[in-house]
Amino acid sequence: MCVTCGCGPILADGHAHEMGHGAHDHGHAHGTGPRGLGIWKEPAPRVVSVEQDLLAKNDRHAAANRQRFARAGVLALNLVSSPGSGKTTLLVETLTRLRGRRPVAVVEGDQQTSLDADRIAATGAPVVQLNTGKGCHLDALQVERALDELPLPSGGVLFIENVGNLVCPASFDLGEAHKVVVLSVTEGDDKPLKYPDMFLAADLCLVTKSDLLPYVPFDADRAIANARRINPRLECLVLSTLKGDGFDAWVDWIDRECAARGTLPAGAPAAAALERRA
Amino acid sequence: MHEMSLVESVREIVEATARANGADRVRVVRLRIGRLATVEPEALRFCFDVVMKGSVAEGARLEIEATPGAAWCWDCSAPVTIGALTEACPACGGHRLEVTGGTEMRVHELELGAPGETNACA
Repeated sequence: MCVTCGCGPILADGHAHEMGHGAHDHGHAHGTGPRGLGIWKEPAPRVVSVEQDLLAKNDRHAAANRQRFARAGVLALNLVSSPGSGKTTLLVETLTRLRGRRPVAVVEGDQQTSLDADRIAATGAPVVQLNTGKGCHLDALQVERALDELPLPSGGVLFIENVGNLVCPASFDLGEAHKVVVLSVTEGDDKPLKYPDMFLAADLCLVTKSDLLPYVPFDADRAIANARRINPRLECLVLSTLKGDGFDAWVDWIDRECAARGTLPAGAPAAAALERRA
Repeated sequence: MHEMSLVESVREIVEATARANGADRVRVVRLRIGRLATVEPEALRFCFDVVMKGSVAEGARLEIEATPGAAWCWDCSAPVTIGALTEACPACGGHRLEVTGGTEMRVHELELGAPGETNACA
C-alpha cells in the first residue's frame, strides 16, 4: 500500500501502483526509501515578505488625483451617505448657491442610471455620471478616468457624489480634500455608532432634513455626540435643504475651505486663478 | 461588498510576488488586518477562494493576523489599545480617542511552492 495516500499495493522494487490512483485524482511523488515506502516530503516552503497595502493601487491613483486638484487649485469634496439622505438635493441647492461665485464641477456616482447627473446638469454645472454597475463604491481610478472627460473647475470646487452606501466608500480615498458625510434626521441618531468607519473617515458631518425634526424621534445633539464619540475632530452642521435653515453655514464652510487652499475668493474672475498658478 | 475589491488586490499582489520569485504555486497567503480596519476578516475569507480560482494561489491557505487597534486618549494624554471604534478609553472611560493605528490591511507574507511545483492537483 502506498504510505502517502493509502491506495493500491506498492511494488517492492519502486513506485508504481499496481492499481494506480484509479478514481481519485491527486498524484504525488513517491518515496525513495527501501521498498518505495519512504514518505515523500514536501520541499521546505519559501517564505517571502511582501508588506504591501491592499489599497496601495487605489491610493496611488488617489495621490495622482490629489496632485491634479492641487495644480488646478480645486477643492475636491467626496459626499458620502446612505441612499436617500438627500445628497443630490443638497448638491443641487449648493450648486445653485455657488453659481456665479465659484467654478464648480460634479462627478456623480450611482450603480445605475444618469438620473442624478440629469438633475445636476439642469443647474448648468458640468457633470460626469459614473455607473458602478454592481460596484458598491467609487474608487480613485474611476474618478481619474472621469476627470479626463470633465474640465476641472480651476480655483473652484469639485463635488464627487459617491454611491449611496455608508460602509464601503469609507475605505477608498479618491484624492479628495475631505469626505463629507450626510446624515438625515429620518435615519436615527444612533447611526454614527452603527456605521463608525464612515464617521471616522469624514471631516464634516451634515445633519440634513432638519425641517423634519418636529416629526421624527431624532435628537440632533445626540447624533452629533455619537459622531464625535467616533471622531472627536468631526465638524457638524445641522441644516434643511428644503427650508434653507443652516444652509449658509455649509456654504461658508466651503468658502473657508477654498480660502484655506488658496483657491479663488468667491466671485473673483477665473483669470485670477490663471495668474495665481503662473 | 468592497471585500471583493480588496481580495482582488490581494490576488494582484500575490501574482506579482509569485512571478517575481519564479514560483508557480503559492501555498499560504498571510494578511495583517488591523482590528480597526474597514473590513471584516470573515468576509475576506468568504471571497478568497472564489477570487483566487485560476491564480497561482488557487487552493492556498489564507491566514489572517489581527493587529491591535491603537488610539491616543486626549483626556489621559496617553496611548491606549482599543478593539473597536465604538470602544471607550480603557483607562478613563472617555471617548475623546484619536485612532493612531490598527487600520492596516496588508499582505504580510507568502509561502511559495518549490520551483516547478504547481497548484494543480494532478
